[in-house]
Parts: sequence; structure tokens; C-alpha cells
Amino acid sequence: MSKRQLKTALRQEGVVPIRMTRRAKRDMFAFLGFTFPNFFLLGVFVFWPILYSLYLSFFKWNMIAPKKTFIGLDNFQTMFNDPVFWLVTKNTLILAFFTVVVKMAIALGLALALNKNVKGRSVYRAIIFSPTFTTSVAVAMVWGWIFNPNFGLLRVFMRPFGIPPLDWLESVTHSLPAVIIVLIWSGIGYDMVLFLAGLKNISLEIYDAALVDGVSPWQNFWYITFPLLSPTTFFLTITGFIGALKAFDIVAIMTDGGPLNTSNVIVHFLYQNAFQWFKTGYASALALILFVIIMAITLVQNRLSRRWVHY
Amino acid sequence: MRRAAIKHRPLKWYAGRTFIHAILMLATIIIGLPFLWMLTTAIKSPAEVAMFPPIWWPETVRWDNFVKAWNTAPFGRFYINSIVTSVSGVFLEVAIAALSAYAFARIRFKYRDFFFLVMLAAMMIPGQIALIPNYVILAKLKWINTYQGIVIPHVSSVFGAFLLRQYFLSVPSSLYDAAEIDGLGHLKTMFYVALPLARPVLGTLVLYLFISKWNSYLWPLIVTTKQHMRTLPVGLAMVRSAEYSIGPEHLMAASIFVLVPVLVVYFIAQKQLIEGIAAGAVKG
Repeated sequence: MSKRQLKTALRQEGVVPIRMTRRAKRDMFAFLGFTFPNFFLLGVFVFWPILYSLYLSFFKWNMIAPKKTFIGLDNFQTMFNDPVFWLVTKNTLILAFFTVVVKMAIALGLALALNKNVKGRSVYRAIIFSPTFTTSVAVAMVWGWIFNPNFGLLRVFMRPFGIPPLDWLESVTHSLPAVIIVLIWSGIGYDMVLFLAGLKNISLEIYDAALVDGVSPWQNFWYITFPLLSPTTFFLTITGFIGALKAFDIVAIMTDGGPLNTSNVIVHFLYQNAFQWFKTGYASALALILFVIIMAITLVQNRLSRRWVHY
Repeated sequence: MRRAAIKHRPLKWYAGRTFIHAILMLATIIIGLPFLWMLTTAIKSPAEVAMFPPIWWPETVRWDNFVKAWNTAPFGRFYINSIVTSVSGVFLEVAIAALSAYAFARIRFKYRDFFFLVMLAAMMIPGQIALIPNYVILAKLKWINTYQGIVIPHVSSVFGAFLLRQYFLSVPSSLYDAAEIDGLGHLKTMFYVALPLARPVLGTLVLYLFISKWNSYLWPLIVTTKQHMRTLPVGLAMVRSAEYSIGPEHLMAASIFVLVPVLVVYFIAQKQLIEGIAAGAVKG
């Protein structure tokens, strides 16, 4: 056996790695070249920030001073002892829960109605979906004006019920519900469109079979439609919840988190700490908490989707 | 028996239909009213704005509210900033997405699946986490108050790359083989085979990215401190704050400036956008 034959044999046996062919090499360089811009930017602006946030969370720093002061876990300790942090976390969870549940319930009802091949279906759909793409700053502006206690539109609808004029956005009890109402208004269309797509995927034969068995419409919904929609429901619950945890625009413009932080949420509190009060370390600790919560939800989603979702 | 059932159906059917339309109309009104309220407020006089109960249509339509609102702040400049950052952002992001998507769909590489997982992992990371680090990076680069500062941190693409990859994979491989036999390299195959076939999904992606970049508020708010670099949403928010004191009619008129391009794009392409969202989300 010549040296060359030996080499070939060894490669085939996997003892020596097979050398790349010219084509494989060319493909490798092409692959790396094609994906480089994306991975470079993801690395700098998405992955690196996690490590850097972790690093910053151990420091006291005002973002301008050249020196950062190492303070260990003080930022986390301050955070857990800060009543505002707990209030903001509670607000965020309340906001996420009510926004997601109410929005999905209404969206499902509308999707079921639209799925009946009604006349003017595409017009209804286009209008109900339109807030999804409407600039959130403008949405917050018009709703701020709707909630105006003296001349706002809402007062018109409250008056017949004898509800006295109320300054929603300045009220410690009503500012968070006001934000939730706006988020529901903006989000119904998206959920409705996804429910409609989910409904389209349910085969009509199942309903035919149910008709033969004399199933009532209510049973139809609870035993056929709702279980078969579970992939969509699950997807919307998770993405809606995560999306609501990141709420910022509407809060920042309508209430600025006030009054007395009663409508403040995590991302807005993070923004205030980082860019208004320059407590960079504390804000980084907040960012990490948000990151951990969202990762936990994502992991739970991966686990649960296998058990809950009926395909 | 059966006949009777058929005979009775129309009345019940009409009742059902009426009920369905009533619900849908109620929803449409609730969704549409804020838009209408915005428009009618924008054309009222200050006295009409301060009336309760409000009137739905002003006695004389005040179109000059728009002129006044336009002049309260450099809205022309805000428009240019928004157009430059949105258009260049969309262009870069689509290019980056297409390159990655092609690589993941068509180029063989040993660690391809690993890279793919890394990319998908990026989708789970909330952008809000990156606000401070990205600001620090931009400050080091002296990119605060620049177009590249607004654009570059947000042109990496996971969703777009994923969507286009799915589409590239669905193209019959015989077309790619033909391109290879003709001696086309990867770049040319992407440009002349993959992308032209992906035109519908590419169009939806472009519109979707344009609207989301146009609407974005938090990042441009952080990286612009000088008025002449603000984008429209940031400029609009600033107009309302204490530095100016303008009436609701001017505020609503200014909100309309910001909304018009988005609403025009939406109503022209609403079918494509809605169906694209539904398809993309279900597959994704």
C-alpha cells in the first residue's frame, strides 16, 4: 500500500478527517460571507448587550463619568428593597394579563363572526386591523384627548350612565386601566386576523360530522373550534404577554408612568432610570430582570406547547 | 319534518346575520371613532374644541390648523429624517435578511444548523435590554444624533431572514440546479433565481419593515438629543411637551401628518399586509 492509498483508507475509516473538497471550501467561504453582516450586527447590538448589561449591573455609573464604581450586588439589593420596583412590576403584570385576556376574548368573538362569510368582510377586517400599523405616538395623542376630563369623547359616552367626569390619566386608580384600554384597542385586530387564519385551518368535515351527530352550536364551539384553535390561542397568549411586558410608547406619552407611578411599567421605569436619572447600573439590573422573565416565559412556552396544544 | 326545518331557516338565518353585522359594526365604530375624532378635532376652531357636548363637524372647516401645526416645529425636517432613516433601514435590513436567508436555504455548510439556532436565539432577546449598551456603543462611535445611529443598530434580521429562507426552500430545487449548471455563483443565483421568485413575500416584508421603522419611538428618542435629528414620532411627542403649548386642534393636525404615510401604505396594501402577517405568524 502506497502512502497515498493509506491516507485515503484512513480517511474513509474516519481516522483522519476527510479534507474538504474545493467546492465545500468555496461554499464555506460563501456561507460565512453571506451571513457575516447579520451575525456581526447581531453580535454587537443583540448578544454583546446581554453581557455588558450584566457587567454594568455591578457598577454605579452615570453614563458620562469616565470611571465606574464597583458596588457588587448593591443594585439588585436596592431594587428588591425599592417599593417602586415592586409597584412597577405589579403594574406590568396586571397590564399584561388584562390586555392579553380581554383583547383575545374580543378578537376571538369577532373572528368567529367574520368567519361566517358575511358581506363586507374585507372592509370590517381592514378597519379593525388598522390600529396594528398606526403610529403608537399618534394613538397615544388621540387617546389622551379622548380621555380629557372636560372635552373628551369618553365623557360623552359616560354621561348617559350618570358617570361623573373623571380625569383618567391623572387618577391613581384609573391611569393604568386607561393604558390597558388603549393597548386593547390597538391589539384586537392583530389577534383577530390570526384567529381567522386559525379558523381557516380547521377542516369543515369535522363540523359536518358534528352536524350529523346533532351537536349544538355551543358544543360545537367548546368541543371542536376552541380545542382546534389552541395552537393560535397559545401563540397569541405567549407573544401577547411578552409584547405587553415591553409596553413603553403609550405609557410614556399618555401618563409618563404617573400619577405616583401608578401606571408605570418596567420598560418605562428602565428608561427613566437610564436616560432621565442616569442610574445606568440600576437600569441595567432592571434590564436583566426583564430578560430573565422573558426567557423564563419562552422556556415554559417550549415545554407547555407540547402538552397543551392539540394539533 | 325536514321541509319545515328548511322553511323556518330563512328567518332564523336573517336574525343571526343581523346580530353578526351588529357586532361587527359596533367593533368597527369603536375602532374607527378615535380616527374620526382626530380628524374632526384637527379642523375645529379653538372655541369649538372647548365645547361640551362636543360637535361632530365644525361650522367652518379650519384647514389652516394644519399650516399652523406644521409651523410649530420643524416638521419638514422631521419628515426628511423619518424618510431617510426608514428607507435606508428597510433597504439594509432586507439586503441582510436576503443574504442570510439564501445562505441558510441553499449553501451547504457543516455548522449551518448551529448558526441557525444562534440566529433564532436572538429573536428571544428583548431589544429593551440592549438600550443602555447600544447607547454606550453609539456614544463611543460618536453616532449620537446621526442617521447611522438611528438606523444601524436595528438592521440585523431574524424574522425577515427566517421568512425568506422558508420561501427560498419552497422554490423547486431544479431551478437552482439549472442555475448551477449554467455556472452561476451563489450571489448571482440569489439575484436572478431566488429573489425574483420571492417577490410577493419580499414586497410584504418591505412594507411591514417600513411601517415598523416609521412608527418606532423609543430608540430614536434615545439617540436624538438635537431637534434637527428627530424623527416624526419623536418630534410629535416633543411638540406636546412643555416646550410648546399648542391646542388639541393643532396636536391632532400634527398627529395626522405623522399618520398619513402609514395609513396610505396600509390602505393600498392592506390585503397583502394582513394576509402576509397571518401566514408569517402561523408558519413562524
